[in-house]
Amino acid sequence: MANATTTTTQTRIGTAPPPHLNYLTENNTLKAWLTTVDHKRLGLMYLGAVMSFFFIAGALALLLRLELLTPKQDFMDSATYNKVFTLHGAIMVFLFIIPSVPAALGNFVLPLMLGAKDVAFPRLNLASFYVYCTGAVMALAAIILGGVDTGWTFYTPYSTTTDGPVGLMAMAVFVLGFSSIFTGINFVATVHKLRAPGMGWFQLPLFVWGIYATALIQVLATPVLGITAVLMVMERAFHIGIFDARLGGDPVLFQHFFWFYSHPAVYIMILPGMAIISEIIPAFSKKTMFGYRAIAFSSVSIAFIGFLVWGHHMFTSGQSDLASAIFAFLTYLVAIPSGIKIWNWLATMYQGSIDMRTPMLYAMSFLILFAIGGLTGLYLGAISVDIHLHDTYFVVAHFHYVMMGGTVIAFIGGIHYWWPKMFGKMYNERLASIACWIVFIGFNVTFLNQFMMGSQGMPRRYWTYLPEFQKYHIGSTIGSWILGFGLVMAAGVLLASLRKKEYDAGDNPWGSRTMEWETISPPITHNFEGQPVLRHGPYDFRVEPTPATVAGGRHSG
Amino acid sequence: MSSQVITADHEAHAHGHDPNLQHHFAEMEQQFECSKIGMWLFLATEVLLFGGLFVGYGLMQGQHSEAFKSAHHHLDWRLGALNTIVLLISSFTMVMAVWSAQTSNQKALVRNLALTIGCACTFMVVKFFEYSHKYHEGLLPGAFYSYTGPHQNAEFVFFSFYFMMTGLHGIHVTAGIVVLTYLLIQARKGAYNSSYFTPIDLTGLYWHLVDLIWIYLFPLFYLIS
Amino acid sequence: MNKFLENLFLPPQASTHAKAVDDVFIFVTWVNIVFFLIVTFAAVYFSIKYKRRHANERTPHVTHNLKLELFWSIVPLFIVMIIFFWGFQSYMVGRVAPNDSFEVQATAKKWLWAFEYPDGTRSINELHVPFGRPVRVVLSSEDVLHAFFLKDFRVKSDVLPNRYTEVWFEATKPGEYVLQCTEYCGKDHSKMRGKVFVDSKADYERFIADGPADWKTMPPAELGKMTYEQAGCVSCHSIDGTKGQGPSWKGIYGQTHQFVDGSSQVVDENYIRQSIENPQGKILKGFEGIMPTYQGLLREKQINGVIAYIKSLK
Repeated sequence: MANATTTTTQTRIGTAPPPHLNYLTENNTLKAWLTTVDHKRLGLMYLGAVMSFFFIAGALALLLRLELLTPKQDFMDSATYNKVFTLHGAIMVFLFIIPSVPAALGNFVLPLMLGAKDVAFPRLNLASFYVYCTGAVMALAAIILGGVDTGWTFYTPYSTTTDGPVGLMAMAVFVLGFSSIFTGINFVATVHKLRAPGMGWFQLPLFVWGIYATALIQVLATPVLGITAVLMVMERAFHIGIFDARLGGDPVLFQHFFWFYSHPAVYIMILPGMAIISEIIPAFSKKTMFGYRAIAFSSVSIAFIGFLVWGHHMFTSGQSDLASAIFAFLTYLVAIPSGIKIWNWLATMYQGSIDMRTPMLYAMSFLILFAIGGLTGLYLGAISVDIHLHDTYFVVAHFHYVMMGGTVIAFIGGIHYWWPKMFGKMYNERLASIACWIVFIGFNVTFLNQFMMGSQGMPRRYWTYLPEFQKYHIGSTIGSWILGFGLVMAAGVLLASLRKKEYDAGDNPWGSRTMEWETISPPITHNFEGQPVLRHGPYDFRVEPTPATVAGGRHSG
Repeated sequence: MSSQVITADHEAHAHGHDPNLQHHFAEMEQQFECSKIGMWLFLATEVLLFGGLFVGYGLMQGQHSEAFKSAHHHLDWRLGALNTIVLLISSFTMVMAVWSAQTSNQKALVRNLALTIGCACTFMVVKFFEYSHKYHEGLLPGAFYSYTGPHQNAEFVFFSFYFMMTGLHGIHVTAGIVVLTYLLIQARKGAYNSSYFTPIDLTGLYWHLVDLIWIYLFPLFYLIS
Repeated sequence: MNKFLENLFLPPQASTHAKAVDDVFIFVTWVNIVFFLIVTFAAVYFSIKYKRRHANERTPHVTHNLKLELFWSIVPLFIVMIIFFWGFQSYMVGRVAPNDSFEVQATAKKWLWAFEYPDGTRSINELHVPFGRPVRVVLSSEDVLHAFFLKDFRVKSDVLPNRYTEVWFEATKPGEYVLQCTEYCGKDHSKMRGKVFVDSKADYERFIADGPADWKTMPPAELGKMTYEQAGCVSCHSIDGTKGQGPSWKGIYGQTHQFVDGSSQVVDENYIRQSIENPQGKILKGFEGIMPTYQGLLREKQINGVIAYIKSLK
C-alpha cells in the first residue's frame, strides 16, 4: 500500500481540477463494487436499481393509459389489465418509492452531512442492498410465472383464493421489508452516534431530521407488513382461517393489518421528499431556513401521528362509526404539520436571493403539486364525502399528486441537487430545466382531470368504463405521453453529463452551507480527510461556505 | 498549480488501536454504544413482528373463547412449564456469559455459552415431542387439521395460531442456537475480552427477548381457562 | 359559482342525502381553491420578486416568528376541524334507514348483483324500487369483497362474505341510475354493473306483474329452470329420476299419474299448473301431501316457464 500522503486541495468553483482518486475510481473492479461497504457506492447502486424499476413500472402505466383510451378492449383483455395495474402499483411502491430517497440519496448524503466516514453499520448496508436484490428477483419471478392480479393492496379473500404466484409475491414483499428495516436501523444509529463534534440535534441539516423520522417509521411499521405477508401466505397455503369468514376469521382484519403498515409507509415516502425540499429551498434562496425547529418537530410528529390514522382507508369497510370518527379526526391533525412545512418554505423564500436553477425548479413544482395533493386529502378525511369518493379516480389522483407530484418530483430535484457532488460533473442546465417543465405540464395533464372523473363516479381499477368518462381518459392518456417524455428527457440529460471527461462541477456549485459540500466532488472514499468539525449552522448564510480542505491535520488513524 | 493527489489512508491498523475498531468510529466505546442502539432497534422490530400475531390471536380468542378454552387442554402445561424454566435458566447462563466476557474470563465464557446452547437445545427437543404428539392427534395447522372431536372447527383456529406463533418462536430459538454456536467457537479462540465483548452482549439482548416472548406465549396457549 | 362547481365535479343529486354530502364537498373545494391560490401565488411571486441579481447578495437572517407560526398553525387547524365535524355529522345523519323503508336483499358474486324482493321475486343486475319511499339494501357476498356504489345517490358500502352490511337511500325523482362495483374483485370487476330503476307506482306494479326485463328475452324453458332452482322446487323434485320428497320431473310430461284416492290424470299443462297452485288437491301415490302452495308466489311467466322446462326433461 502506498504511503499516506495527505495534502490540501483548494478548489475554486468553476475550475476543472485534475481527476483525483475518489470513491468511483479507487479500487474500481467489479468485485470491489459488488462487495463494497462504501455508503456512496451502495447509494449509487440503489439509485440505478430504483430508477430502473421506476421506468419499468412507468412503462406499465403507459400501457394502462393506452388501453383506457376507449372503453372497449384495445389491445389488453381485462385479466391482463388487472395484472398490469397490480404490477404497476407493487413495483412502484415496494421496489421504487419506499427505498428511493432513503436508500439512494440518504445512503449517499447522510454520512457526508454528518461529517462521518460511513454509516453506523456498513456491512449491514451491503446486506440491505443484497436483500433488496433478492426481493426484486422474487418479484420478477412472480411476474414471469404469470403475474399477480390482486391489486397492490392484496385484499382478502380475493388474494387468498385467486390463482397465480401470489404467495411468491407476498414473500418478495416480506424480503424487501427487511431491506427497509436494515436501512432504518442503520440510519437511526448513524444519526445518534456519528455526528461531527459540535453538531448537536439542532445543528443537523433538515434532510437528516427527515431521514431520521423516516427511519423510525421504517423500523416500527415494516415488521407489521412482514407478518401480514406471512399470514396471507399461511392462509393461502394452509387455510389457517384468520381472514376467511367461513372458517371463523375476518377479511376486514387483513385490511387493518395491511394499512397499519401501509399508512405509515406513505410517510416513509413523503418525509424524505420534504427533507430534500428543506435542503434545496434555503440553498437556492441563500437564506436561513425559517422555523427550523418547527420543521424538525413536524417531521417527527407526522411520523408519530401517521401510525394512528390507518382506518381512514376503511370508511366503507364496515368498521364501526366510532372507529371511523377517531381515524378521521386524527387524519386532520396530521395535515397541520405538513401545512407548517409549506408555510415555512415560503417564508424562507421571502426576501431571499433566489436562484431558479433546476433543483429549485423542482422544488417549486413540489410546492404546487404537493399542495394540491395534500389539499385534496381534506376531501377524503370528511367521512360522508369519502363514502362517495372511495375507490374512485379521485383517490388515484390524490395519491399520485402526493407520491409523484410530491416524492418523485422531490427525488428528481434531489438527484439534480446532489449530482455534482456524486459525480463531479454538471448536467446541461437549460435542457434539465426544460425537462422539468415538461414533467410538470405532463403530470398535471395526466392527473388533474382525474379528480373530476373520480368525483363524477368513475371507479378505479376499471378496465372498461361508462362512455361519459371517455373524454377524461383521453386527456389523461395524452398527458401520460408528455409526462413520460419529460422523465426520459430528464434522465437522459443527467446521464449525458457522465460522458464528460473532466470534473467541471466544482465542490460547492450551489453555495450550500451543509457539510457534504465541504469535501471535494466526487468525494474520496473516506469522505473527509480526518474528522471535520462543525463551524456554522447548516443554513447560516451570514458566513462564507467552508471550502473543501483537510480538517484536523494528518489522518492519524 | 502542481497536480495534487489525495489518497485515502488505509494504514489505520498500523497504528495502535484495537483491531476490532472499525474505520468509521473514533473510539471503541462509541462503536459499542452504536451497536447497542442498532440491536435495540432490531429487537423493536421483533416485538412488532410477534405483536401482529398476538393481536390476531387476541381477536380470534375473543370470537371463539369456548373453543379456545377447550383447545388448550390438548397442550400439556407441564411440558410448557418445563420449557419456561429451561429458557429462564438459559437467560441466566447468558447473563453469566456476558459477565464472563466483561471480566475476560474465557473459560467461564465458554462454559456459559455451552450451557445456554444446551438449554436452547433442550427447549427444542421438548418442542419436538410436543409437536409429534399433535401430529399423531391430527391437531395440525389449517389444511392438515384432521382432528375430530368437540369444537373441532374453531379449535382449528387455535391450532393455526399455536403452530404459527410457537413455530416462529422456534425459528428464532434455532437462529439463536446457530449464533451462539458461532460465538462459542470464537470464544474458544479468545476473540472476546473486557475491551471487546459486543457480540456476546448483543446476542444476550436477543436471547432475553426470545425468552420474554416465550413468557408471553406460555400462559396464552397453555394456561388460559 | 357553487352550482358550476357541482356540475363540474359531481353527478346530479338524485337522493335526499346527496345535497348534504355535496355541501361539504363544495366547502372543501373553496378551502382548496383559496389555499392553493395562496401557495401558488406566493411561490411564483417570490420567485420573480426575489430573483437573485448578483452573486453576493445578502439576505436577512430570519430564524422564526412565533406569532406568525402560531397563526398559520391554528387557523388551518380550526378550518380542518370544521371539515371534520361537518363531514362526520353529514355521515351520521344518513346512517340509519327509516323504519318504513322498502327492503331489498342484494347478493354480490363474481361478477353480478342478485336482488331479492320482499315478495320473493329475484332479479339479476337490475333493481326496481318504488319511488316515494326510502329503500334499504341489505348486502352480502357469496365469494370475495365487492362494493355497492350508487354515484347519483352518494351511497357506497363494501359487501362482505358471511356478514351483512347495508346502505339506504331515498330517491328524489324517478329514473334509471347506474350501480357499479367499487371493490376490486377480479377479471370482470369493471363489468359488474347494474341499473337501479326508481319506478313510478304504475311502473313498479308492472315490474311486479311481469318480472325483470331479461325475462322477456329468456326462452321459457330457461326461465323455468331458473325458477326451479330459485323458488325451491329443486329441494324436493329431482330432474334425473331420483325419488325425493316429491316425484322427479324427468320424463313425466305425457305420463299418467295415479293418485292416492284412486283417480288418475295425464301430466299436461293444466296438471302442472294445478300442482303448483293447489298441490294438496291431487296427491300422488307413494308420496305425502307436504308440498306448499305457490299460489301468488310465481308469476305467469314463471309458471309457463316451469311447464316448458318439465316438457324439455325427457
